[in-house]
Amino acid sequence: MNYFPDEVIEHVFDFVTSQKDRNAVSLVCKSWYKIERLSRQSVFIGNCYAISPERVIGRFPGLKSLTLKGKPHFADFNLLPYDWGGWVYPWVEALAKSRVGLEELRLKRMVVSDDCLELLSRSFVNFKSLVLVSCEGFTTDGLAAIAANCRYLRELDLQEIEVDDNRGQWISCFPDSCTSLVSLNFSCLKGEINLTALERLVARSPNLKSLRLNRAVPLDTLQKLLMRAPQLVDLGIGSFVYDPSSEAYIKLKATLVKCKSIRSLSGFLEVVPCCLSAIHPVCQNLTSLNLSYAPGIHGNELIKLIRFCRKLERLWILDSIGDRGLGVVAFTCKELQELRVFPSGVDNAAVTEEGLVAISAGCPKLHSLLYFCQQMTNAALITVAKNNSNFTRFRLCILDREKPDPVTMQPLDEGFGAIVQSCKRLRRLSLSGLLTDQVFLYIGMYAEQLEMLSIAFAGNSDKGMLYVLNGCKKLRKLEIRDSPFGNTALLTDVGKYETMRSLWMSSCEVTLGGCQTLAKKMPRLNVEIINEDDQMEFSLDDRQKVGKMYLYRTLVGPRKDAPDFVWTL
Amino acid sequence: MEALGLNMGFEETELRLGLPGNRVRSEGEGSRKRGFSETVDLKLNLSSKDTSEKVKSFQKEKHPLPRATDPPAKPPAKTQVVGWPPVRSFRKNMLGVVQKSSGEESDMAGGNNAAFVKVSMDGAPYLRKVDLRMYNTYKDLYDALGKMFSSFTIGNCGSQGMKDFMNESKLMDLLNGSDYVPTYEDKDGDWMLVGDVPWGMFVESCKRLRIVKGTEAIGLAPRAMEKCKNRR
Repeated sequence: MNYFPDEVIEHVFDFVTSQKDRNAVSLVCKSWYKIERLSRQSVFIGNCYAISPERVIGRFPGLKSLTLKGKPHFADFNLLPYDWGGWVYPWVEALAKSRVGLEELRLKRMVVSDDCLELLSRSFVNFKSLVLVSCEGFTTDGLAAIAANCRYLRELDLQEIEVDDNRGQWISCFPDSCTSLVSLNFSCLKGEINLTALERLVARSPNLKSLRLNRAVPLDTLQKLLMRAPQLVDLGIGSFVYDPSSEAYIKLKATLVKCKSIRSLSGFLEVVPCCLSAIHPVCQNLTSLNLSYAPGIHGNELIKLIRFCRKLERLWILDSIGDRGLGVVAFTCKELQELRVFPSGVDNAAVTEEGLVAISAGCPKLHSLLYFCQQMTNAALITVAKNNSNFTRFRLCILDREKPDPVTMQPLDEGFGAIVQSCKRLRRLSLSGLLTDQVFLYIGMYAEQLEMLSIAFAGNSDKGMLYVLNGCKKLRKLEIRDSPFGNTALLTDVGKYETMRSLWMSSCEVTLGGCQTLAKKMPRLNVEIINEDDQMEFSLDDRQKVGKMYLYRTLVGPRKDAPDFVWTL
Repeated sequence: MEALGLNMGFEETELRLGLPGNRVRSEGEGSRKRGFSETVDLKLNLSSKDTSEKVKSFQKEKHPLPRATDPPAKPPAKTQVVGWPPVRSFRKNMLGVVQKSSGEESDMAGGNNAAFVKVSMDGAPYLRKVDLRMYNTYKDLYDALGKMFSSFTIGNCGSQGMKDFMNESKLMDLLNGSDYVPTYEDKDGDWMLVGDVPWGMFVESCKRLRIVKGTEAIGLAPRAMEKCKNRR
């Protein structure tokens, strides 16, 4: 390859798209490193504190698309104090100062201010795509800036965001000249929206493929929007409440029949179950269905709906579907690849091991699972493992903490052991129920491809954690809460942590002394102790147990924006 | 107890502006009565349309709780732990909002996907509870309410009288035969006449139902009675 001119090599690299592969390519030789870095357009930073924006810009001047992740995963469950970090402003500021022609910014678990959105909207002429997942810190004023200033905006996608201040006028800020929208998702916004402005926006967006509305959009507006955009591929319905005998309903039914391209459906944030027959024609072509925010759809209406969805590949649902409903899914959805069953908060509506076994038997292509359930048995997990060895993601959450197999009263070690032994391509695993060190022995032995492991209320001793650290060579993220792992486990193989993105341990047995030892030995790790409620008061007692520890590898040392309650050792 | 109930009932029909004394009810009488009305509900809330209730109760029996020390009636009350179950707060809040708007209730704190509302009838010694999502039309609701309250509209509780009433157990008949008016309290706390808005809207906004004696519902009565008669 050294005999080819750089342009040829660069052209070859165009076909290498995954970041992993491009990273590998850049390690081959200096020449390839240079060609690769100058031609890379899309950069993924899994931990915004592992590197500085200046260094990213320095290495990849041709950057067009940046993905950043901030807070650790357990922040989703309120385990991290509000001001811990993850501010994206410094990144946008650095990018704005440089000559990077940013076109796309995707953020997860980061804090985004209105100022930041304003700066973003004014700094990059060709900015096209903003995707925010589980972020916070901004209001609709920030959205107004994006709408007003990004002339070629294609995508504005807000997922699972709490935006407190809500004035629906931001949608009016899209200028009349903005006709480039392809994807608009504001389903998580809580407030009112200017419906006329929305209708006009959709009317002048001929390329619109994805539209997800919030609950303030009533049914008659939905009907008008669908009339304007029959080419939609992805639809998120806000409010679906009306009288089945009304004209609005009849009109909608007719309009929906014309929307032959819809493959993905979600929302139903307000719904009256008896009126779902209008949706049935759409169901036949659906590959993705998300009803996890629609507790109003349940029982027989839900099952009726599912029976039409023969092509479903992705299903997100509430546990009110029950084992019976999952049986229907198993019977109907033979193409199912991903299933997520969320808790609806109603005890007697939950699913059990029965539903999971039915799914594993009926859906041979299933490889990604998130399952909140009332209980699980070893026998069921062993059956699932036998039925299906394709799992790449297996996340099981038994709602009752540390619950054993209700039939045998045994821990669930054997069940999970069967899963890891059978599913050789397993990359992500979340455990729950009563578990001893034995399950970790199995995981260390068999889960060779495991990259992310979530542990809660499990294990008996340091051995458990050590099995995992020693065995799982590809481990990148390990998060542990309320488990009896201490300093021995933490300190046995300190070098391991530089091969991983991060380690989270909360309410475990590690002490301040242990963490300090680790921090001393490994200067390229940031070992953060998160103090809450004046727990530690920076006392120098080495034997004191640490409430929350988050450590991650980094090339730029301790972060300068850490708040008072975060102590980087 | 019945005398007390009747007393409370008459007080309740007193027309007032604003919330008609549901606070009084919830503390004393409500909590005392709740146990009974719940058990009665278990028998009568099962409708042939929705077998999921049967499935639910079957599941409860099939899987006894593992810990012998815990009372069998309810799952063991574990201490609340931060971040468990591991559900994003956005999702928790979203489901909370959606469930709140579908109607009730403090004893269903976990949130539910049904719309349980209390139903009171003037003169009845205790309340009933219905899940509005079990019904698809006003007619279904009236049928169900009629069945539930028929026994109280007879002057006596003689078994023959009850049987007669059971045969013609529709609230509309009740309404025509006497002067009871179904009203409901909506999300804003206003008392409205049942039947004015589309069914779906009614389900979303109804917080409780009251079948009021026409003669007591002074302000509502003339319009209400006419509407009732017109709807036959």
